[in-house]
Amino acid sequence: MSDFLILAFLFLAAGVAAVPLASLAGLGSVLGYLIAGIALSPVLTLLEVDVVSIQHFAEFGVVMMLFLVGLELEPKRLWALRNRLMGLGGLQVAGTTALIFGVLVLFGMDMRMALAIGLILAMSSTAIVLQTLNEKGLMRGDGGQASFSVLLFQDIAVIPILALIPLLAMPGAHHPHGGEEHGASLSIVADMAGWQVALVTAGAIALVVAGGMFLTRPVFRYIAHARLREIFVATALAFVVGIALLMTMVGLSPALGTFLAGVVLANSEYRHELESDIDPFRGLLLGLFFMTVGAAINFGLLWDELFFILGATVAVMVAKAAVLMALAMVFRVRGADKYLFGLGLAQAGEFGFVLTSFAVSSFVLPDDIAPRLTLIITLSMMLTPGLFILYDRVIQPRFHRPVERDADEITPKGLAIIAGHGRFGGIVNRMLLAAGYQTTVLDHSAAQLDMLRTYGVQAFFGDASRPDLLHAAGIAEAKLLVVAIDDKDQAEAIVHHVHQTYPHVHIIARAMDRRHVYRLYSAGCRDIIRDTFDSSVRTGRSALEALGMHPFQAERTARAFVSADRHALYELAQLWKPDVPDTQNEAYVKMARTLMTDTVLGAPMGAYHERSTRGWTPPTPDDTKADAVRSDG
Amino acid sequence: MPRLLHIAAHPAPSSSRANRAMLRASRALTGISRLDLYAEYPRYDIDIGEEQQRLLDHDIIVLQFPIFWYSCPALVKEWLDLTWEHGFAYGQNGDKLKGKVLALAVTAGGPQEAYRPEGYQHYELRTFLTPFEQTARLAQMRFPAPYVLHGALKADPEAHAEGFARYLAALRDDRLDLARAEAQDILTHDTLPLTESA
Repeated sequence: MSDFLILAFLFLAAGVAAVPLASLAGLGSVLGYLIAGIALSPVLTLLEVDVVSIQHFAEFGVVMMLFLVGLELEPKRLWALRNRLMGLGGLQVAGTTALIFGVLVLFGMDMRMALAIGLILAMSSTAIVLQTLNEKGLMRGDGGQASFSVLLFQDIAVIPILALIPLLAMPGAHHPHGGEEHGASLSIVADMAGWQVALVTAGAIALVVAGGMFLTRPVFRYIAHARLREIFVATALAFVVGIALLMTMVGLSPALGTFLAGVVLANSEYRHELESDIDPFRGLLLGLFFMTVGAAINFGLLWDELFFILGATVAVMVAKAAVLMALAMVFRVRGADKYLFGLGLAQAGEFGFVLTSFAVSSFVLPDDIAPRLTLIITLSMMLTPGLFILYDRVIQPRFHRPVERDADEITPKGLAIIAGHGRFGGIVNRMLLAAGYQTTVLDHSAAQLDMLRTYGVQAFFGDASRPDLLHAAGIAEAKLLVVAIDDKDQAEAIVHHVHQTYPHVHIIARAMDRRHVYRLYSAGCRDIIRDTFDSSVRTGRSALEALGMHPFQAERTARAFVSADRHALYELAQLWKPDVPDTQNEAYVKMARTLMTDTVLGAPMGAYHERSTRGWTPPTPDDTKADAVRSDG
Repeated sequence: MPRLLHIAAHPAPSSSRANRAMLRASRALTGISRLDLYAEYPRYDIDIGEEQQRLLDHDIIVLQFPIFWYSCPALVKEWLDLTWEHGFAYGQNGDKLKGKVLALAVTAGGPQEAYRPEGYQHYELRTFLTPFEQTARLAQMRFPAPYVLHGALKADPEAHAEGFARYLAALRDDRLDLARAEAQDILTHDTLPLTESA
């Protein structure tokens, strides 16, 4: 127990110390974690910690990350990616393997060994690349999509490569036994015939897809009724872990399985909830993974063969980048995206570790090559954040040309998030959709969501007052947030949080009464709509008409009232203090007195009266007399 | 340097290439104020005090609008009706706009040859705009001939828009020959009476 606590504390503390520093220095979180891992490595050696086994555990972060990536990718978009996935991904693996294989054979290496090393180094680091692309918001661009296609293909390709490696075993070696981390003990397909394996595999995939489509909704709805946050988190985790387990049992990649499940759930109303529940675990596990990569560096070996290892690392990265750049040209990835793609995927990756140890245990690679290979993979991963910085600072600015914008012709496509889809938020959503804008609706009532879904409204389950859920719903990229929930305190909390954290997001908030207006105002909202004000004013206008006032005079009266009332509210909102009772707030009371006597109490010559009579007023007889005198004189 | 206010009024700018091009050209200029009247008052509730202050703060008012039924769009008329009050723009003590300039920049759907006695519009375009001219006169303002684009639905708006920018810049820099501009019937992008610059 205390061992566990020491380790947990060490890794957490190292991450906490290093990552903010690295982020502040503009190096990105991955490099921060790697540095933390290096700093930790002497301590870990002292404690005799098995870093590699922690690394295997932390690799589960990659599985979670692919689940989250799947959630972002609707089936339609995945289908649209298919050419790139097979073409770009397939050619990257084949091309890189062939190039490295060729060079090694030229240097006189055994062909089988060269092929294994080529395959190992062809893999890139899903963990580093996706984490960095997400962090920098580059995922949706052309370069990000191309990179993702390649990474996904590699992930799929790991399975046949694992099957191929034992066949490369050196003659005279022992009979290969199953790979340790691919759960031979768990496998239910190990002793089956080929057709049986195929059948079971297809069945497992069908189970994941069907389960995602038909089972998750009733389960999540049932859990949503309990309204217990941790049970939702537990369900989400059980879901991901269960799929990973199933995939391992049938000998498929767990990452591929959870990715598929994510894609199936991309259209689900529970998507954002799942996303925000899984995301912290993904972050922590990936952080742990990067730290173990840093901690696993064999510095003794590195100093002994510094020039050879560094040279080989650079050579590998140059070779990978060359293949990627050539493919980028063939597949028309252009401009800065080409370099993002080429530089971003130039490292070897975590699958390389898995494949290396598998190749050693299958007697394909001798014991003396493996540590050097691992070191090369690690170093190439360490260098990757540097390449991303190079892209950020040098390459991208060069391709960034300011485009002359025509403000009139741009149809803004910014995303709007609507929190609360009841009688109020529902109208807002309908208007935005009718005008062709994209909205994300959040509501915490499962019953309400079912109703909306039957009418074809895209709505997601979730409590909008939770910052992580707003984040998962895309608040960081949103242009507008409409707060239309019933709970006054939660509405205020949302406004406060979003105003502080995402100052670029325009917030429109629904207020229940005057005091709520003041609270929303002091929370930072400047676009506040009182929910019954407009209908009350219309009622007042109807009343004036019913009493015999000329309809346009009634309209003018209503306009003047609205203008005076809003002015008063604005003045008072600035004086109002949340922690001082109104009656003790002298400035507030004084202002309220002045404004109220002038407007609501209807002093005949007050500002309100003047405004309602101004306009369309003919000159008085005195005025015309004076004019006549002037023109005569 | 005179302070120039460019007021653009089009209820549906997305459907007017000509007015959009003119706005674009204006936005490229510095040192002038701009007001999109329909954006400022989408619900027609004109703030009289604010608008009068705006007029007081400038020396040259350029009103840009499309000709609708031989006159301006409704909001421009509403703005005139409310802002140009007795005691402000005319009548007793109504000399607040005295000495300023009111300039029009209009687009017309019909071709130039339609706006003459034998054409189907029967009157000169300038004749339809006499209410504005007389408004300026009553407010003791100067009124250069309107800057016009005929056949606005078909014409290429670029030359007109580019001429509009030159017109605005000339007004801003006091390089327009105002006397000649007043004497002309209409101004077009190739008939701007600029003063000889050294």
